Amino acid sequence: MSKRIDVKDLDIFYGNFQAVKGVSMSIEPRSVTAFIGPSGCGKSTFLRTLNRMHEVIPGARVEGEVLIDGQNLYGKDVDPVDVRRQVGMVFQRPNPFPTMSIKENVLAGVRLNSKRLSSKAGDELAEKALRGANLWNEVKDRLDKPGSGLSGGQQQRLCIARAIAIQPEVILMDEPCSALDPISTLAIEDLINDLKTDYTVVIVTHNMQQAARVSDKTGFFNLEATGKPGELVEYDTTQTIFNNPAKKATEDYISGRFG
Amino acid sequence: MSIQTDPHQGDIHHARLDDYSGVVPSPVRPTTGRPAQLLGLGALALAVVGWQIFDLHLGAALAGAFVLYLVAVYLVYRSLGGPRVAVDQLMRALVYFAFVCAVLPLISLLWTVLAEGAAKIVSPAFLTQTMNGVTGLHDQAYVEGTGPFIGGAYHAIIGTLIVTGLATLISVPIGMFTAIYLVEYGNKGRLARWIRFFVDVMTGIPSIVAGLFAFALFSQIFGIRDAKMGLAGAVALAVLMIPTVVRNSEEMLRIVPNELREAALALGVPKWRTVVKVVLPTAASGLASGITLAIARVIGETAPLLVAIGYARGLNWNAFENAMTTLAVYAYSMFTKPLSPAVREPSLERAWAAALMLVLIVVALNLLARLIAKMFAPKTGR
Repeated sequence: MSKRIDVKDLDIFYGNFQAVKGVSMSIEPRSVTAFIGPSGCGKSTFLRTLNRMHEVIPGARVEGEVLIDGQNLYGKDVDPVDVRRQVGMVFQRPNPFPTMSIKENVLAGVRLNSKRLSSKAGDELAEKALRGANLWNEVKDRLDKPGSGLSGGQQQRLCIARAIAIQPEVILMDEPCSALDPISTLAIEDLINDLKTDYTVVIVTHNMQQAARVSDKTGFFNLEATGKPGELVEYDTTQTIFNNPAKKATEDYISGRFG
Repeated sequence: MSIQTDPHQGDIHHARLDDYSGVVPSPVRPTTGRPAQLLGLGALALAVVGWQIFDLHLGAALAGAFVLYLVAVYLVYRSLGGPRVAVDQLMRALVYFAFVCAVLPLISLLWTVLAEGAAKIVSPAFLTQTMNGVTGLHDQAYVEGTGPFIGGAYHAIIGTLIVTGLATLISVPIGMFTAIYLVEYGNKGRLARWIRFFVDVMTGIPSIVAGLFAFALFSQIFGIRDAKMGLAGAVALAVLMIPTVVRNSEEMLRIVPNELREAALALGVPKWRTVVKVVLPTAASGLASGITLAIARVIGETAPLLVAIGYARGLNWNAFENAMTTLAVYAYSMFTKPLSPAVREPSLERAWAAALMLVLIVVALNLLARLIAKMFAPKTGR
């Protein structure tokens, strides 16, 4: 189910402002890739271009290519809606739909696309997705209760269950733990490790220990100065980035000697 | 004598409480509202005494008592808790005063309508009869005690429901789609800005202009003789309702968090489906109350309906032909043109009962909106 991602010379713009410049990288299937870097360096922006969520913002556009198993996401006849069905996304703040129950939230991706789903198939899919998100045992007795009644960490896992219920090839996570306490963070990190067996996972994080714990490869983004576009400074195995980085800027950032 | 240097000086981590030993705790003690309540009762008693015994005007007595109360509250609380507490209580008194000033007219209005209209609204004649064939002679006979009370507002109740219902059917889809365009698609574009500007202009259209517009429009289509019909009134009311619906709906859609839209889009849901299945249900309660407010705003309109529909004495179920009557127009016409100029009372009573009926319909609409809001409200709890 998972696919490789190749990015070639990607430039990202908000109107006339260039946010990210010249990113090229390859992301292996069934791996966890982490992006680290200071705020405003374009890592979230870059992540959003991988499922064309970037263009939801008025005036945002992209130049370059993003290939998923060789197919260009930004090709002329590619529908962004199809792209998003293949590349799921989990956001910084847990955002379950407030009008829906826990089960309806999990099945939202299927139901909102008006696919017919028998109630038995729905139950099975909900259980599978919730088990996949390590949430089943906590919510199995209250599937019909509203999703907004869960704790923050549970809500975030509910959002992950919602993302994997549509069976994407790739899962993108934009700082998924930044609004959570250490215990919930640990639960999500364990989950990311499990997801790796089936999916290609890309995660943006401000927490360098987290990047070191969960990822196979790490990309370090930086920008030369405020107002300049962000760049991918270094991209290598997590081992290399944290122990033996090639660039001085990377070393300064991960050792806390930044700026 | 040696000068000892403070080892902790300038070190923020070692700042301790006793570093602030120069600060004297404020002598202000927290005070309850009890003295204010007692003073209020005293002032009220004083006002009653001034009114009853010293024969002052009731308003003057109350105003005098209120000024005395302000002075007393300030002085008492100043001695109890200091100037800050005193000013706090003084401001409280002024705020409560403003609140009373605001609701007093409303209560007085409701009371008057209830007192004047209650007698006739329960009479079966008012609820089941029209004014067809009722003349001043009947009213004179009723006042003299030689005949029954006949002639009611059945046709006006039906007319109100038909005309406002049609106006709602016209204006809600137009208004909602406009609001959806403004929030979800137009954003800050040029077209959206122009639409917003014109909606604001529409808000200020005098209602009589809307009535003349509807009448002119229908005269063009059906000829000036056959232009008066329920639909024309509904169009006039829709012109007045649309800007309210657009503005309310726009506000409600705007407060739906963007994260929910992004969550749905990221699941591969097309944009229109995101709007229909996520944004609208989340905003449903607010939309419902916005529409109710818009209905309540136009249900009492009189002038545009007189122009566009005219006045009918009998029942007319057909909104596409001939004149109709709504409650507001009925009340207006009963008040200005009583059936018998010599005995106005029965006509005035009908007018008051129609006014009460109108108020009751608006209250019922509000309750309905609350019910709908509760049904759609985002669920919380575990």
